[in-house]
Order: sequence, then C-alpha cells, then structure tokens
Amino acid sequence: MITDYPYKQTESSTDFTPRPITLHINNAPVQLEVLPWVSLLDGLRDYAGLTGTKKGCDHGQCGACTVICDGDRILSCLTLAVMKDGSDITTIEGIAHEGVLHPLQKAFIEHDAFQCGYCTPGQICSAIGMFQEGKAKTRDEVKELMSGNLCRCGANTNIIDAIMEVKAQMSHE
Amino acid sequence: MSLLPSVGQPVSRLEGQLKVTGRAQYAADYSIPGLVYGYVINSTVTKGKIQRIDTTKAMSLPGVIQIFSHVKRPSLAWFNLQYADMDAPPGSPFRPLQDNKIIYNGQPIGLVVAETFELARYAATLVEVEYEQEAFDTDLNANLSNARTPKIGMATMLKPPPPRPKGNFEKAFSESLVQVSAEYYHGTEHHNPLELFATTTVYEGAGKVTIYDKTQGTVNSQLYVANIFGLKYKNVRVIAPYVGGAFGSGLRPQYQLFLSVMAALELKRPVLVTLDRSQMFTFGHRPPTIQRTRFGADANGRVTAMNHAAIGETSRFEDYTEVVVNWSHMLYPADNTLMQYKLVELDVFSPLDMRAPGGVTGMHAIESTMDELSYQLKIDPLQLRLINYAEKDESLNRPYSSKELRACYVQGAARFGWEHRNPEPRSMRRGNKLVGYGMATGIWEANTLPARAEAIMTTDGKLHVNSAVTDIGTGTLTVMAQIAADELGLPIQDVTFSYGDSKKPFAPVQGGSFTVSTVGSAIKTAGKALRKKLLRIAGKVGDGVFKKLELDDVLFENGRIALKNDPLTSISFVDIVAANDGNPVKVIKFSVPNVLKLKKYSRAAHSAAFVEVEVDEELGVINVTRAVTAVAAGTIINPKTARSQILGGMVWGISKALREETISDHHFGKYMNQNLGEYHIPVHADIHDLDVIFVEEKDDIVNALGAKGVGEIGLIGMPPAISNAICHATGKRINHLPIHFDNLL
Repeated sequence: MITDYPYKQTESSTDFTPRPITLHINNAPVQLEVLPWVSLLDGLRDYAGLTGTKKGCDHGQCGACTVICDGDRILSCLTLAVMKDGSDITTIEGIAHEGVLHPLQKAFIEHDAFQCGYCTPGQICSAIGMFQEGKAKTRDEVKELMSGNLCRCGANTNIIDAIMEVKAQMSHE
Repeated sequence: MSLLPSVGQPVSRLEGQLKVTGRAQYAADYSIPGLVYGYVINSTVTKGKIQRIDTTKAMSLPGVIQIFSHVKRPSLAWFNLQYADMDAPPGSPFRPLQDNKIIYNGQPIGLVVAETFELARYAATLVEVEYEQEAFDTDLNANLSNARTPKIGMATMLKPPPPRPKGNFEKAFSESLVQVSAEYYHGTEHHNPLELFATTTVYEGAGKVTIYDKTQGTVNSQLYVANIFGLKYKNVRVIAPYVGGAFGSGLRPQYQLFLSVMAALELKRPVLVTLDRSQMFTFGHRPPTIQRTRFGADANGRVTAMNHAAIGETSRFEDYTEVVVNWSHMLYPADNTLMQYKLVELDVFSPLDMRAPGGVTGMHAIESTMDELSYQLKIDPLQLRLINYAEKDESLNRPYSSKELRACYVQGAARFGWEHRNPEPRSMRRGNKLVGYGMATGIWEANTLPARAEAIMTTDGKLHVNSAVTDIGTGTLTVMAQIAADELGLPIQDVTFSYGDSKKPFAPVQGGSFTVSTVGSAIKTAGKALRKKLLRIAGKVGDGVFKKLELDDVLFENGRIALKNDPLTSISFVDIVAANDGNPVKVIKFSVPNVLKLKKYSRAAHSAAFVEVEVDEELGVINVTRAVTAVAAGTIINPKTARSQILGGMVWGISKALREETISDHHFGKYMNQNLGEYHIPVHADIHDLDVIFVEEKDDIVNALGAKGVGEIGLIGMPPAISNAICHATGKRINHLPIHFDNLL
C-alpha cells in the first residue's frame, strides 16, 4: 500500500518505452522487452514465465526471491531486470539437471525442510550461493549466513539439517 | 506377504519434488494469456467518509484499463448474509467498495487494473482521495470499561462461551493459604504467511469463472463468490492445491478475492490481484487481549480456587471471539472457579483466528500463574502439575476420550533433563549468561466436522481419492494418501489424492487441527464403501466364491481381495474393475461425526513443553538454547510431517514469546510496522536445539483414526515455558509478550 509519495511526478517524466534485454536464464538466452521499472523478480515471473521464484515482500526482507546471478546469490526483488542485461541467472527451475535433483533438493525432501514450500526456492538458491561463497564452516555460521531467508512455517531446524548434510558430502568430495 | 500399514510411516511429502523444483503453482503463479494486474488502493484514514475520489490522472495513462471504487463498481448483493462465509463471526461481514464509509485504517477503497503490475501500482499513486475524518478509537487499554458479553452465533459452536462458575470463588480464594494474581497483556499479531494473498480469476464466459485463490477453504471461497456476484455454484470453481502458509489468515475469503472476481467479471478478462506485504496487515489479526488470573492453593499444593478473566478486541461490525478462559478447569480440578470473557469494540478490522487462537493466549496466563504458584509453595513446577492432574475434564464433568499428558510430563522431563534444575532463581549460569529452565502444559481441542470424499478404483487397479480440502503445508496430501492406502491395502505408490479444488467433494475450511480428523474420516468412510462395492462386484465374477461375503470374510491386500480363511483364493482389483464393464468403480461418501457419542467425552490433544534459556546478565539478550515438546495427540499418521508441525509450532512459540508484535499508533489508528523488516519473526540464527516426542496414546472415541491433529498443539506450551524459564534465569516475571531485552534491564 503506497500512502504517500515523497515527490510529485509529472507525466512527462514517465517514459513508457520498453528496453530489449537478454538474460541467460538456466543456460538459455531469453530476450525480454521490459521497462526500467521492472524488477528482476517480476521480469522472471511475469515476462519470462518462470514463477518458481517467489515474491514474499518485494522489499529485500524475506529472501523468497533469491536467485543466483553470475555466481552470486542476489535478491531479485531489489534488482532491476535491465541492470542484469547479459547476465547468467540460475533460478530454482535450473537447479536440477536433466531431471536429476541437486543433492540439496533431495536433502530438503528427506529432511522435510519445508511445509508450505513458498520460501523453498529462495532457501535452496541461497544455500547453493552460500556454498559457493565458502565462508560458512560451522552450523552456527550456516545459520547466520542463511538468516536472510525467512521461513514462516518454522522449518528452520530441518532446513539447516538438510544444508549441513549436503555441506558435509561436499567436503568429502 | 501383507504390506506394512502406511499410517505411522515417516513418508516424505508426496509433493516434495514439485516444491523443491519451483513447479508447485501458488495462486499468483498462473501465466494466463491476456492476464491483467490489479493493485489495491487502501484508506489512509481510520474512520470517516470518502468525499472525493479522482481517477482522471491515473486513467489517462496508456495501459490503465479500469479503476474500481465505491462509485465505479457493478451492483452487488444486497444482504449481509450473502457476504457471510463459513467462518464468519456474529455480525455484519465487511463489504468491500460498498459505499463511501471508512471503518478502519487500510480498508480497500479501490482497485486499479492495468496491463502490467508496475503500471497498476504506479497508477494507484495518482488516484487522489479526499476524506472527511471522524473520531475513532483503536486502543484496547483505554476502553476496558466498555467491555461487554459477546454475541452468540454459528461460530459459537466451535467456540463455546466460558464454563459456568462453580462453588464460591471469592470466598475460597480469600481463604486459600497461597494466592497468586497477575495481569497479562498480549498485543496484536499478524499471520504473515510468506506467500502474499493473491487471487487469479479467469473469466470463462457468461457468469462463469475459474479462480486460483490463496485460501484455506476452496468451497468457502466458492460459496462467497457465488453468493455475492449472483453466480451459480457450479459456475464458480476455486482451485488452491498449493497454499504458501496461512495459519488462519485464509479461513475467511479476503478482499483480494472479491476484487479479482469483480474485475474479471466486469472486464471479461483474467485478472490477478496480489496484495503487497504492507497490505497483509489490512485484514484479520490476532486480537490484543488483556487477562487477569487469580489462583489459590492449599498447603499441599492443591489448587482450590481459579479465576481467569479475559477481555479481547473485536471490530465494530463483528463479534470475533476466542476460547481463552475455558482451559484451566479442563486441566486442573478446583472446587471454586470463575471464568469470564468479554469483548471491546474498536475501529479495527475484525480479528481472525491465528494459529492456536485463544489457546495460546489463555495458556500463557494459566501456566505462568501455575509457575508463580510453584515458587510460592516451594514445590517443583512439574510436581505441582502432577499434584493437580485432572483425570477428567472438571469444567464439563466428563471423561477425556484419552489423555496421556502424564506421559508427556514424564518423558519430556527425562529427555530435557529437568532433574538438573536448581529450584532457586538466578542460581544457574554459563559464563556471563544466566540459565533458566521453564516448563508448561499445552492443550487443544480435537474436533471433527462433516466432510465428503470420493474413492475410485481405476482400471489399472489403482486408487484415486478426491476431496476439496487444501494442503496449507501441513502434509494433508501425504497423510490422506497414507490413510487411503491402508483402507484398500495398497502401497502408497498406487494411491493418488486430488485436492484443493471446489469441484471435488465438500470439505470444510482447513484449520483448528481438525483436518486429519475430518477429511481422514471421510476418506476412511469412502474407502470402506469402496471395499464393499468391490466385494459385491467380485461376487458376480467367475465361480462366485466371493458371492454374499461380508467385509469380515475377506482381506484387501496387494491389490487383491482374498478369502480370509483361504488367502490363496483371491481376485485382483484389475479383474474386478474389468468385470464392472471396464468402468472405474466409484463411491462418494459423507462422513458425519457421531455427536451423541462424542458429547459424552472431552477430546483434546495435550503437550508438555520444556525450555532452556540463556539470558545475558548485562545486556538482557534472551536466547532459547534448547526445547523439548512431548505431545499426546492420539495416532500419529505420519511422524515426519507431524514432527514438522510440532517444530513449526515451537518456532511460533519462540516468535510469540520473544519476537513478533504488531505495533499500533492509536493517535493515527494505524499499525506502524507493516513489513517483515520491522515485524520480527525468528530467523535461522534464532532457532537452536528443538526436540519432539510423540507419546503413545490410544483413542477409540475421538474418530475412526484415533488421531487428534497437531497443527496448534506444538505452539501452545512454548510461550509460558519460555517466560517461566526467563523468570527462573533472572528472577523477573514478565507478563506481557513479546519479552524483549529491555524488560530485563
């Protein structure tokens, strides 16, 4: 709900010309025509038709929209689509390969690391991004570095269990 | 070799693969050709009238299709009753865009529909609204003198008023050796499921719509839409297979449903209306509640007198009630009781059931009072519960259908290590942290409602089951498939369950921990009827060995019917269906709880919660380092998903005790922290060692499954166990929730 605007916009300040951009989503180039005010989240959902990425707040407060962009986990709601022209983006739809689930997806099912499933795409993308960062060593560090992803169902302990299991497997490889 | 029963197995969620790959579709996830987007405009004042609403600038933007408001809307149903949903409290339901009256802050007053979401949102900022404001009041504390008895209505059936007084409370209390009295304050809370409320309405031609809604009741939304817009029930189909959490917020149709359907019918186009996070604070909430307890006990620790009085908030237009004060006398026998519950009307939206409504509020007061009594009596808190253990429900003088609370106390205490508790407050520490142990009891009623279910044996010998019920993340799909599998003696792989669709057989709203009991019973009933029908058809096949047999004479195993006394003589389901002219064998059954039998018993799930907290002595920072909840809830259909339900409840308990709170500014009559940055819920780093025990509990009365439901019970004992642990750690008893570090400095 927008109650107050800090300044009055004039109609002439509104440029309704879409910009062509190319996003490499899940290893496939996708051409989109978007206005600059379209967030990457809405670009993925409404323009590219990839609704696996979820909107929980649109303010960078819940983590449900987390995707992996050029190797980093980012909040797609706080990113404009036009900023990522040419970028490689992995969404939840691209985590499994040729129908084979990623070990973390399997661990989420096994550990019952979700209930409603709405935060799950963000949790999984965020955890994979966290693995790539390589900073989290201990369970406490994993909890801290996963704390940008809220879960309202209270699956927290199961989510961290699933992540720790996969993390342990990775360190043995 | 017969199969192990599926019920009782920790089956992983059947929809798991869809949820971890992003293929589970929620209400806003349907990419429909020609979809247009609605953005809601909300009132910025709390009470008054809209004097002028000017949409000229917004309408002039290319791509803006229509702006609906009280001056621009189709004619709607006339009668309040047509707006009443299945969960409506007594009163007059809120009617969106009805007229120019503003009755609460954030009230939806308009809907911008545009070709894109961004454009609709932008156009909404260009709509100019002028109000004539009136005086309002949103402060419960300032209006306690206006408290009155709630109205009675349909909803009262599941929310009984307080039990009658017993004995002479005032006399017994004043004469009791030890007395404890205290006041408790709980603020407003909002459900905040992570999924934003959304409805996608597809216009299917004259008077017909398909609706993807965020709801806890597909049939509830269907009836609401049909009644308001004058559509035939069969022309309104509501689909909700995936619901991104709800916790009670979807028990009633919310305004985005109304607005989406209205716009789709008017524009004859598919319309998606999604609320934003701040708009998630503009419909129901857990009401602020003020409670007072006075408990008296004798020298042996027996509670002799109990008074529990509560005053809750409601709106000016509906009497929303909760069961707050009925619990203590269900748990503790006392000869003198006085339970009182009243409401104060304020200029807010109607409160709405939020996980363990009333129960978690009342039990915090009750179990904190018991804890305080234990200190006064110098009796261990757990021992005090055992001294006052109720073998029957004293409030209604009837037995429990089952009650293994004692086992919860014993097993929970053992797992937690309760015996290591030093009774002295501030006596335990770890470095610069004070350590406290606290415990509390939980109780929640086990209800069953009527429901229908359809069971179909397909030509390939597989079972298909249908119900309109939703799965809000509780595991309904999985447990219903388990129940159905056992009814026909099939492995769960041979069972499919379709749900979340108003076209399927009737199910009531999903909530109150009654879904397993309600829909599970319907599936059992339908399963049994299907077995009978299959046996009857089998009797017509071949040499007629199965002719005139009863269900007791045969076994249903491995996709076959076999003679009990000669298991090698059998016939496969595939052959039976083939004998049915190749048509799938179908039954639809209505299951109604046996009220005459049930009303002789009180039926409730119980729990015992044990909590350890660490409190930083200088900074007051509170941490729940570990917790154990032992639960008695009858048969546990699926220990994996049930454990998750309890864990979720425990996290909600930590949240309620230490984090979440909607803050009101009564000067503006407005909630001030309408976002997830300021409405705090626990993050991963806040949640530590949580453990769940299910104690064995047999119940032949509650329903045919012996299952009581576990949606609420995990939450109820946690807030008092946490505040009791804080009191043990610090010597400070804080009776308002949430408890923050500054309360301890």
